[in-house]
Amino acid sequence: MDKTGYYGIFGGAFIPEILSTTLEQLQLGFQEAKEDPAFWSTYQSLMSTYSCRPTPLTHAENLSRHFGGPQIYLKREDLNHTGAHKLNNVMGQGLLVQRMGKTRVIAETGAGQHGVATATMAAKFGYSCTIYMGEVDVARQRPNVFWMEQLGATVVPVRDGARILKDAINEALRDWSTNMDTTHYVLGTACGPHPYPEMVSYFQSIIGTEVREQILRQSGRAPTRVYACVGGGSNALGVFSGFLDDAEVELVGVEAGGQGLETHKHAARLASEHGSVGVAQGYKTYFLQDDDGQMLETHSVAAGLDYIGVSPILSAYHEEGRIRFEAATDEEVLEATRLVMRKEGIIPALESAHALAGAFREAPEMNADGVVLINLSGRGDKDIFTIADALGDTAWQSFITTKAEEYRA
Amino acid sequence: MLEDYIRNKQKEKDILLMAHVVMGYPSIEETFELVQTIVEAGVDLMELQIPFSEPIADGPVILQANQAALAGGVRVDDCFRLARKITDAFDIPFLFMTYYNVVFKRGEERFFAETRGAGICGAIVPDIPPEEGESFMAAATANNIDPIFILAPTSSSERINYLARFGRGFFYCVARKGITGAKTDFSSELDEFLARCREATQLPLALGFGVSSKEDVQFLRGKVEIAVVGSQALRLLNTNGTRAVGDFFGKLR
Repeated sequence: MDKTGYYGIFGGAFIPEILSTTLEQLQLGFQEAKEDPAFWSTYQSLMSTYSCRPTPLTHAENLSRHFGGPQIYLKREDLNHTGAHKLNNVMGQGLLVQRMGKTRVIAETGAGQHGVATATMAAKFGYSCTIYMGEVDVARQRPNVFWMEQLGATVVPVRDGARILKDAINEALRDWSTNMDTTHYVLGTACGPHPYPEMVSYFQSIIGTEVREQILRQSGRAPTRVYACVGGGSNALGVFSGFLDDAEVELVGVEAGGQGLETHKHAARLASEHGSVGVAQGYKTYFLQDDDGQMLETHSVAAGLDYIGVSPILSAYHEEGRIRFEAATDEEVLEATRLVMRKEGIIPALESAHALAGAFREAPEMNADGVVLINLSGRGDKDIFTIADALGDTAWQSFITTKAEEYRA
Repeated sequence: MLEDYIRNKQKEKDILLMAHVVMGYPSIEETFELVQTIVEAGVDLMELQIPFSEPIADGPVILQANQAALAGGVRVDDCFRLARKITDAFDIPFLFMTYYNVVFKRGEERFFAETRGAGICGAIVPDIPPEEGESFMAAATANNIDPIFILAPTSSSERINYLARFGRGFFYCVARKGITGAKTDFSSELDEFLARCREATQLPLALGFGVSSKEDVQFLRGKVEIAVVGSQALRLLNTNGTRAVGDFFGKLR
């Protein structure tokens, strides 16, 4: 194994020896697949027949008029099967598992989106499937747990650590250390040890490739700015990949500002001053950690952004200044969600609404002949409980109360 | 140095025992008492784990001890102070066990200078392979700390030979796939793996992951120089307390 998989000083593979051979095999399998021209076309064809690729690019005319600034376009990853960009990565890895001849897949999940996507893929390919999910997340995302189980997956609630996404990743790594002969670990974002950041962004680059062509065709020009929310960073890397070489296109990643950066209850590793470089979960990047290197608790209204680390590829672009990072607070995110529902008839995932909030903050100041592209990474149906609570919808509350009484009877 | 100590000890004992404690679990004071009890029970080496919030190579028992120690407010500074107190009080070699972020955050040079200052002679850091660890190894050896590398049965002989170039003191062999604390079914595959390790290095071998009884230790006699007992002792500490851990080590060999 060489010292590979670095992006500037970030990335690498900091893993226990027991996994080194498995990761080496994965790296090899991925390289071979990448060099096989049939692999990408098989992938594309699968995504166009099983999911809804290419996903459309929607001109948000009402929103554009509302802000009176640039023309706003939304890349509709919410229209993917299972409702988010997550499926792009998962189906790609599913094909890779087939090539490698393994029969079982495991995954971590926070909000449950990646878990549902993985369970879906496993059902489609006929793999057995175990999903690790923090106990706290199991409690707050029951609908996704329900679907994973219906799709045939075993959902294991993780009771150690803070019982959230990072702990689910640790637990998946432990499972993999024991069962690597039969099992592939479907990591859900562009984090973790090499080759995961490269591999996940490779599959997600399908977003950027599509949208580059779409926006040139539909708006007649390259976008002025591109916005994406950043949890681990996979949807951002996907959409940004279409424009990295266009120096005039400004790329903006929007992290979870939670209750405000000053409260320290957020998950802004790059946009705040609270992140620092560290090594955990197999890779080097910016983490929210204390002086001893112990990971801190993070907060976001969007479970999918509630994570201590960020893709090493994004950390490198952050240092280079190629991508600008901002944070949107829970409150701004709910406001943006409300606006998009009313103006465009689209229900965004709370994760994706961070990108919207970031764009809406800046749009009024922008030149009216500009074009803004926002990656709408997922749909918001899954967030019905959170959104209804945040909006304080009393009719919803009485519905839930009545439903609970029915069950109790 | 560790290697010489092990060779000398072997003249008296046909297998050495290495114990493991998590510093600050259940508390800093109780860790000291636990170490005292284990040393008095006759173990030959001991790992002092500096707790970390994301211990990916550890199973549930050690993981929970890491968490409990951190929840109790243990800082890395406390661990260095405790280590100094322990090495002043007891006359066996002590090693640090921790994860790379603890070293990285403190700064490799500073970490190892302080490690030497605390009287520690080796460091087991399971998530720093040599490929990533050039400056780590340089800082360790410059301070006379032996970096202990881990050999795994899943690794090719080529890989084991490669790792063998970097080790000092001894090698830590893992008996099987997986994490600490699960049960190991010691088998003939183990002989084959240990033979590959012997071929790669002249250094003593320690074997861990699942060593939990007198029978296990008996089985390892003549196969490796050191048996490592970690999770089983911690389990006993949790259920029966410090004295039971002392009795356990006293009867292991």
